[in-house]
Parts: sequence; structure tokens; C-alpha cells
Amino acid sequence: MDIKEDQIPMREQDPGERRKNFKEVPLGYSKEEAIEEANRCLQCDPAPCITGCPVEINIPEFIRHIREEDFQGAIDTIKETNNLPAVTGRVCPQEEQCQEKCVMGRKWDPIAIGRLERFAAEWERDQGAETPKVEKSTEGKVAIVGSGPSGLTAASDLKKMGYEVTVFEQFHQPGGVLVYGIPEFRLPNDIVDGEVETLETMGVEVERNTVVGRLFTVDDLLEGNKVDEYDAVFLGTGAGLPWFLGLPGENLNGIYSANEFLTRVNLMKAFKFPEYDTPVKVGKRVATIGGGNVAMDSARTALRLGAEKSMIIYRRSEEQMPARDEEIEHAKQEGIEFHLLRNPKRFIGDDGQVKKVEVVKMELGEPDSSGRPRPIPIEGSEYEIPADDVIMAIGTSPHPLVPRTTSGLETNDRGTINADENGRTTKRGVWAGGDIVTGAATVIKAMGAGKTAAKDIDRWLANGKGWRSDLDEDREDE
Amino acid sequence: MKKILKKTKVGTGVWEYEIEAPLIAESNKPGQFIILRLHEKGERIPLTIADASVEKGTITIAAQSAGKTTTELNDKYGEEDYIHDLAGPLGNPSEIENYGNVVTIGGGVGIALIYPIAKALKEAGNHVTSIVGAQSAEKLFYEDKIGGVSDELIITTDDGSVGRKGFTSDAFEDVLNERTIHKSWAIGPVIMMKVCSEVASKYDTELIVSLNTIMVDGTGMCGGCRVEVGDKAKFACINGPEFKADRVDFDVLLQRNQTYVEEEKCALDRYLEEE
Ligand SMILES: Cc1cc2nc3c(=O)[nH]c(=O)nc-3n(C[C@H](O)[C@H](O)[C@H](O)COP(=O)(O)OP(=O)(O)OC[C@H]3O[C@@H](n4cnc5c(N)ncnc54)[C@H](O)[C@@H]3O)c2cc1C
Ligand SMILES: Cc1cc2nc3c(=O)[nH]c(=O)nc-3n(C[C@H](O)[C@H](O)[C@H](O)COP(=O)(O)OP(=O)(O)OC[C@H]3O[C@@H](n4cnc5c(N)ncnc54)[C@H](O)[C@@H]3O)c2cc1C
Ligand code: SF4
Ligand code: FES
Repeated sequence: MDIKEDQIPMREQDPGERRKNFKEVPLGYSKEEAIEEANRCLQCDPAPCITGCPVEINIPEFIRHIREEDFQGAIDTIKETNNLPAVTGRVCPQEEQCQEKCVMGRKWDPIAIGRLERFAAEWERDQGAETPKVEKSTEGKVAIVGSGPSGLTAASDLKKMGYEVTVFEQFHQPGGVLVYGIPEFRLPNDIVDGEVETLETMGVEVERNTVVGRLFTVDDLLEGNKVDEYDAVFLGTGAGLPWFLGLPGENLNGIYSANEFLTRVNLMKAFKFPEYDTPVKVGKRVATIGGGNVAMDSARTALRLGAEKSMIIYRRSEEQMPARDEEIEHAKQEGIEFHLLRNPKRFIGDDGQVKKVEVVKMELGEPDSSGRPRPIPIEGSEYEIPADDVIMAIGTSPHPLVPRTTSGLETNDRGTINADENGRTTKRGVWAGGDIVTGAATVIKAMGAGKTAAKDIDRWLANGKGWRSDLDEDREDE
Repeated sequence: MKKILKKTKVGTGVWEYEIEAPLIAESNKPGQFIILRLHEKGERIPLTIADASVEKGTITIAAQSAGKTTTELNDKYGEEDYIHDLAGPLGNPSEIENYGNVVTIGGGVGIALIYPIAKALKEAGNHVTSIVGAQSAEKLFYEDKIGGVSDELIITTDDGSVGRKGFTSDAFEDVLNERTIHKSWAIGPVIMMKVCSEVASKYDTELIVSLNTIMVDGTGMCGGCRVEVGDKAKFACINGPEFKADRVDFDVLLQRNQTYVEEEKCALDRYLEEE
């Protein structure tokens, strides 16, 4: 058989052009390109790529459908286990998941599975297929708290099973990180809005501006206090509490958390200020602290807002950067400067406004608990980097509001909720999944958790609501 | 969407709105706030819940025209109109107990915000002395309402056009000279809270202030509202908005509230031009 060694490249907006706009960077495959790429697939059996996928999409089958120009078949196969392919096709770290396992990748380029997934999702969107209302009706009411990928997935699956489902979201716009965090040039908010619309057409109620834990509690939902009574509750409230370093000068003007910076721009559309009322300020030189997707998104957003120089300051080297390869590559093409093996020590301001970051050079030592080499400061190597804005993209943890206001819900020292394999928590009738359980992770893992919990909720409701969670083995079924 | 049932002018540039929000009315406690967004292109701004009625299913907010959003609300939104988004109650409630003798101080639009706290303190059995201050008589409002829930009411104006001439902090000092005060609250312009804090420290009495930082989400997700309290960064929306005054770095608050002055001016000018 004739092996095509290289991936079919995906057309992209030119780096010089795109650094000035918020339009999507990759432009997607055409039908011909998709089929050509699909033809590279070896159709392995068993297929190792499937084991690399957190929701085990039947990858060779959907690729085969593309090859046969049966695009409906392709999207149907994907949607058996993945509700949001238009999202994951764009943001999954495929190089560490399916594509890492791809047999082709051992010698040549792996199959561009993510691009093919995205193609299939785009094809379906272009068809503009009508969403039928779910006719099936099953006894039981489920409340979903949080509308990120975990909550949206659980809601959709439970609705399809016929349950009454209500999603409660604190923001005015549902979607979680997909709408407030990940920028337009990577994932247009339209796509997420479309998914939410589909959900509402299916009959899921989406209550916006509803801060659970303040307006009412999870206990209220289970007891029917102030609000309707629900049989089960799924918590998908994410890990949205931003970290700061606690360094001198960190409260100077011009220093943002990545969450604030990205929320202003993506959710509040500050890039269209003053047409939109929310402002954001970006000076000539912007320094982003961190090396993950969030850091890349922040640095690239700063560039698009007019920064002349946008820098990443990261304490390890490029190899250890947690960001997706594609994001690092795109950032470089756009001219983001990488200051590696550098760690901030303090922020220096003038008249309340940040002007410089003092950094210290680092070297790599023995692996730490994360398995990555520990960065060690080199004494006496401090120097200053001028910066008009600093964006802190060093991590987030779960918000304590819901755990704190829910009786009998156990959390651990990282602030995450304890849940078993099926998402069951220590509280009867309450499931949790996504970043609130794992800490900041990925879209696909959050979706997977929403799916697993939905299945378990269904099992529970169908079998008389006996409660046994792996977390409290000694508790009797009620 | 939340419906405005009643709109009343209460002072120069300050309007009060009664809004249909039964669930918020039921959950609200004194000291909490809401975040609203007027329309699809609007900014999210925090406003304190000045009053609530469970029977009527309404909350009351009072807004002072300060910049674009508050001006637009006060100019354009009337009875029967809808506010696109409104979320709450947010923030931690005031700690209401029977402390004995308490003072509640409100300056400027803070007068509206001190009312629910004074009312709750009175209901809890405290002897409540309220001090309300404004630049001049026309800017004063709510004095009768606050008087109704206080044992004693002191009015101050900067120009002496009504009540005592001077600042609320002067009146506060006089009260502290007269008798033992167990706890006090001050809500108003940062500078007023800062001076009241200095007075309270001098008399070694506990003062609580409610910090009006810039906010985005109001739920702890952005850190834009951070302030320095006891040398640590705290998020005003989830750790506050009330803090012990002697621990607050008011200068950092003043500085951080300056972040967007140019943009705020641009937005307001553009809005006024279009009208
Ligand atoms: C900037 C950025 C870039 C990223 N890039 C990638 C990427 O390229 N690929 C990838 O796989 N992952 C990426 N991630 C991570 C990924 O987005 C998250 O792992 C995922 O969104 C988690 O989903 P979730 O459903 O658990 O929670 P979230 O998406 O965080 O959603 C939680 C929702 O719950 C709501 N909520 C919270 N508390 C309450 C409450 N009390 N009441 C009501 N609602 C509440 C929140 O407002 C939010 O809408 C990125 C994250 C960020 C921040
Ligand atoms: C918890 C909390 C409760 C509040 N309660 C009330 C209330 O009940 N009634 C009320 O009228 N205002 C209240 N504020 C202040 C109110 O949120 C601001 O006045 C409002 O955000 C200004 O928006 P704008 O678009 O009209 O003005 P902007 O254009 O944003 O600002 C105009 C002017 O107001 C100043 N300003 C901006 N933001 C704030 C702020 N958050 N606090 C104080 N000054 C600010 C600016 O420095 C500028 O001088 C509260 C603030 C907080 C944090
Ligand atoms: S491992 Fe690669 S080549 Fe094999 S089926 Fe999966 S995608 Fe195709
Ligand atoms: S307003 Fe965003 S964290 Fe307080």
C-alpha cells in the first residue's frame, strides 16, 4: 500500500495578518483535504488511537465514513461518545491523546484526527440540521450546576434519556471556560452559543445569572426549598479561582489574572470597546507569567489588542510547557517572545502603575512531585524586564462557594470535591465532575466526567435511588 | 431579564429602583449586593441591595450617576423596563448582632447602602446612631428613612446648608467622645472611609467598611476586585465587601480604582454625545 507520510496541512490565517484580528487562526479542511487525510489512515484493528481518547470515540470508523464521503455517518459515530466535536476538534491536546497513540505516528506524521473531527462537526453545522425536541419522557428531575463542558454534556445526555433537566449558571452567558476563557481566535463563542441553543431546543432549561450557594443552595435543590425539588444534582462548577504569587507589587495597576484579562476580552467583548462598555487596557509591553494554554491565550490576546511586544515568562524550559504544541507553535509564529527559565520575584511600579518585572534566572534540577524537573533559582542572576502590563496565568483552583454551602459534601486539601469513578460524591443525590473534581484539566475530560455521571444518575433513578458511593463503602444502601 | 416596577428620584443624580426579583429578595441579607448588565453590550456593575421585600418579591437598589452605566440606567431605564441581566445576592452579609451601641455612617450614595444595615442592627436591639453626610442639602436623601430606623440621626453637609457643617468623620469623632461605641459601619467615598478609619483607630473602636472596588464577575473568578487587607490580597466580592477598617490599605484601593479613568471618561463622553 502506498503510504502518505505527511499530514495534509490545514490552511491558516497568515501570522502577520492574524496578530491584528480576533478571527479564527486555523481555517479548517475542505472536503477534498479531509478525504485525502482520511485516506492516510491504516484502519488498524485493534486501533490504539481509541485508547488514547478520553471518551473513546470510534476513530477508525468515523475516519472511514469520511473516506467514503458519508459525512453524516462520520458525525454520528463521533457523537455517540462526544457531544461537542466542534469544540474538541479545536481545543483537544490530540498530540498527547489519540494522535500520540496513532500507529502512523511511530514513523511518520500521525493522522490529523482532531482536524478530521473538526471537519465533520463543521460539515454538520453547515447542513443547519434542525434539532428535534426530545419526545421521550422519564420520571425524574435533575439540576446541573455550572454550564461548562461537563455540565453541558451531562445536561444533554440526561435530556436525551428523557429527564427534566435545568442548568443553573452564574454568568449571563452559558459555556464556562469555553466562552469566558478560550479566545475567539481559537474557539469562536458562536459555536458554544449554538450548542447551548440546541440544548434549549431539546427542552433543557438554562437559568442564567444564578449563583448557586448564594441565591439558593444545593441542599435547597434537593429539598425543594425556595426552588423546585430535584432528584439529583450534578456539580460542574469548574476551577475558576485564580491564583496570584503573593509577590511584592502584585496589586499594582496593570497586573491582571488571566481570568480577568480573558473574561474582559472574551465574555465582555472589551476588544470592541467603546462599542461594548467593558474596557481593557494594554500597553506597549505585556508580560504573561506561565506556560500553559491559558498563558498562550493571554499573550496572543494581548498582541491582538495592540501590544508591540508580548512576552511569556516561564520558570521551566519549553519542553516542560503544559500548553498544547499547536498553541506554542502559533504563539511563536505570531512573534510572542519566550523568556524561559525565568521566574518573577517582584513587580516594580511608578505612581501605582506596573513598569517592570524583576525576574531571576532558573536552572532545572531533579524531578519534583509533578514528574517535571524542579526549577531552581540561580542566586544573584536577577534582572528587570520592562512591562506595562502583567498577566498572571499560573493556575486556578476550584471555587469554594458550592462546597462550603453544601452539607455533607467532602472536599480535599486541594479544594476539589471528592467523587468516585461514577462521579458520586459523599452526599446522597449529588454528583460532581470536570475541573471541580480533577483541578484544572481539559475540556474532553470534563465532558467525559459529565457523560459518566449522567449514566450513573440514570442508573440510580431507574433503580430506586439506593445510595452507595465508593467513597463511603460502609454506608448502607437506603 | 428583571423588570423595574418603580423608579423614584431620591437625590441629585441618585435614583432608586424597585425591581421584581422574588428569589433574591428571599435570600438577601443586609450588606449584600447584585451585579447587573443593562443590555447585550453593557458592563457588569455592582450595586448594593438597599432594601428587599419578601411579600412583594422585590429588591430595591439606588444608583448614583457616576459614569456611563449608571448614567444610562438613570437616564433611560424606567418603570416597566427590563434590565437584561441581574445576579445576586453576592458578597458576605453584614454581621448583625446585638452589640450595644453602634454607629452607622453613610456618605454620598453610601447613605442608601447604610440603610439596610442600620435597620437590621436596630431590629437586633442595638442603640443605633446614624450619621449621614452629603456635600449640600440637595445631595442629601433618605434622611427620613434612616432616621426611622435609628435612635439618633446626625446630618452633616460640607457647606452647612443643612445639619452640621463639616464631614461625617467629625460627627463620628464627637459621638465617640460622648460615649462608648461597640461597633460602627461606614460606607461612602473611599476618602470618607479612610478618614473614619483613622478616627476609629484613635478611639480604639471597631469600624467596618464596605469596599467599592472595580468588579467584573462578582463571584471570585477574576481577582480584579482585589484589595490589600492585613497585608494580604483579598477579593472584595467573596471575602468582603465588608472588612475591618484598620486592616484595609485605602491607598491601594484608591489607586486600583483609577485603572480605567481614561476609558471611563471616553465611554461617558461618547454616550453623552450620542444622546
Ligand atoms: C484560557 C483557557 C484555555 C484553555 N485551553 C484549553 C484547551 O486548549 N484544551 C483543553 O482541553 N482545555 C483547555 N482549558 C481547560 C478547560 O477549559 C477546562 O478544563 C474545562 O472548561 C473544564 O470544564 P468544567 O465543565 O469542569 O468547568 P468550566 O468550564 O470551568 O465551567 C464551570 C461553570 O460553572 C459556573 N459556576 C461556577 N460556580 C457556580 C455557581 N456557584 N453557581 C452557578 N454556576 C457556577 C461557571 O461560571 C462556569 O460557567 C483551558 C482553560 C482556560 C482557562
Ligand atoms: C460592592 C459594591 C457595591 C456598590 N453599591 C453601589 C450602589 O448601591 N449604588 C451606587 O451608585 N454605586 C455603588 N457601587 C459603585 C458602582 O458600582 C459604580 O459607581 C459603578 O460601577 C460605576 O459604573 P459607571 O459605568 O457608571 O461608571 P464608570 O465609568 O465605570 O466610573 C465612573 C466613575 O466612578 C468611579 N468608579 C468606577 N467604578 C467604581 C466603583 N466600583 N466604585 C466607586 N466608584 C467607581 C470611577 O473612578 C469614575 O470616577 C458599588 C460598588 C461595589 C463594589
Ligand atoms: S491508530 Fe492512526 S492509523 Fe490506526 S486507526 Fe487510529 S488513526 Fe488510523
Ligand atoms: S469581581 Fe472578579 S473576583 Fe471579585
